[in-house]
Amino acid sequence: MSADVMIRPRTRAVPAGARRRRRRDPGRVLRLYIPLGMYLLFTLVPFYWMLVFALRPAGSNAPVPWPITFEHFETVWNDIGYAVFFKNSVIVGVWSLLCTTVIAVMGGYALARYRFRGRNLFMVVLLCTQFIPGAMMLIPLFSIFKTLGLINSLGSLVIADTVFNLPLSIILMSGFISAVPYTVEEAAMVDGCTRLRGFLAIVLPQLRPGLIAVGSFAFIHTWNNFLFALMFVSKQDSFTIPVGLSYTIGEYSADFGALAAGGVVAALPVVCVFAVIQRYLVHGISAGAVKG
Amino acid sequence: MTTMRRRAVPYLLISPTVVLIAAFLVYPIGSVAYYSLQHRNLTRPWADGFAGLDNFRQMLFEDEVFWHSLGFTAKWVAVEIALQLILGLALALIVNESFIGRGLARSLVFSPWAVSGVLTTGIWILLYTPSTGVLRFLGRPEAAVLGNPDTVFPAVVVAELWRGVPFFAILLLAGLQGIPGELYEAAAVDGAGRVRRFLHVTLPHLRDAIVLATLLRGVWEFNNVDLLYTLTGGGPAQVTTTLPLYVAQRAVDSKDFGYGSALTMAGFVILLFCSILYLRLSRFGEER
Repeated sequence: MSADVMIRPRTRAVPAGARRRRRRDPGRVLRLYIPLGMYLLFTLVPFYWMLVFALRPAGSNAPVPWPITFEHFETVWNDIGYAVFFKNSVIVGVWSLLCTTVIAVMGGYALARYRFRGRNLFMVVLLCTQFIPGAMMLIPLFSIFKTLGLINSLGSLVIADTVFNLPLSIILMSGFISAVPYTVEEAAMVDGCTRLRGFLAIVLPQLRPGLIAVGSFAFIHTWNNFLFALMFVSKQDSFTIPVGLSYTIGEYSADFGALAAGGVVAALPVVCVFAVIQRYLVHGISAGAVKG
Repeated sequence: MTTMRRRAVPYLLISPTVVLIAAFLVYPIGSVAYYSLQHRNLTRPWADGFAGLDNFRQMLFEDEVFWHSLGFTAKWVAVEIALQLILGLALALIVNESFIGRGLARSLVFSPWAVSGVLTTGIWILLYTPSTGVLRFLGRPEAAVLGNPDTVFPAVVVAELWRGVPFFAILLLAGLQGIPGELYEAAAVDGAGRVRRFLHVTLPHLRDAIVLATLLRGVWEFNNVDLLYTLTGGGPAQVTTTLPLYVAQRAVDSKDFGYGSALTMAGFVILLFCSILYLRLSRFGEER
């Protein structure tokens, strides 16, 4: 997949203790490398299989994509309409990313820096929303968007995805904000900054990992959301990538090249984003879990 | 700034969240309760009207798919969570070790987390279709695993594992990184072997992370409609229909909002009951 192109292995100095332990321990191969290798196979073979189908000519049965052809990509991009689906998915993804991040910074700041009446209730409500299944909300949300005249509009997807991204994003963001010492902000205010300017000038730059983690998390979730897009949008020129892909699965079930090429188009942005943010994500979850 | 205005700041900051959650999560739940007492079908608007408990009577006493879907939902969630926990924990322990290329290995094994349910379906259809799949290399050339009621369950379980294990591994890795290294050193000094260190240091420290991950993921797998909707459509013969999938089919395909809302209410009650029961039984967050 593109992941191995996108990321360089970060060569990190192995602590001396670990190196010594490795030499003393021949069981390491059995314990570590064999299971890891097997799991890597399980992860990567499906991706590889998709790439093979996407890149080799129709009718070929070769286990390697050779000679390489881009005919399937031309089919899905131009004929099936993935160019439009892709554009729609980017629009929804970016808007939802922006809305989620901005609102999550505000909410996360309130949770991290203020003790106010109703704070605990707010936290409990945020946690409870994690138990609300999106599939269960299809019917009432459809009715609301119909009233608002947003059916068949990408706006309905931006709203629905933002709402479902928000709770976890706020919890994560408050963890990141708590990790920035309050004293630097106070110092800025003593120097005559307003709270807002102090935040923008001092805290925001230090929040970069948090912003990246929360923003990418929101983008990936929105990019992947299928049910909302299926339910709220029925015009083909407003389809997003997952809906387009589901129709490709249904209608082009004999054309595996097109299916695989569509899959590559769907996977490329999120896998690239994920490869970049993976380490922020683990850090963010620990920060959120510890401080939240 | 006056004190009054200063007090208002946190409320202003959370107000967009509160408005959005109230309008698009809390209000809809109330409206589901209302719809569940109505006959309401977008394809037959002339028959709409107050239904009383009619939808619930139909669901409980006449709908075999409902009862079957409950059984399959329980089986689906239990099997997925158990396997994802075991594999995810093993994977987290492996990538928590230090070795050359660890960053790359992490990115690769975690990457299916970022992939959508529909894309998972696309990929696994390529792997499962007899004429194109990899099963022919395993000596099962004609096995149409998705069309056969006996093999469809393991087939969807494996496809969902592929995407689900990384989530567990990420959450548990975050938990592992919070365990102080001195504890292992102390245990080693006391003569504890690898297994005993795992049982007496790692597992107790991971307990809350495990409970939280299994609960979140349990809710998520319960809710997971994308994969089943596109991979099997709940078939063959409804054997892979979960309750939320059944709701989605009622909502998307037959536009039967009244009956779908009654099913939704049943789903809420079951989910709430199970979550509270689970948190009680696992004594989450309690000091030991």
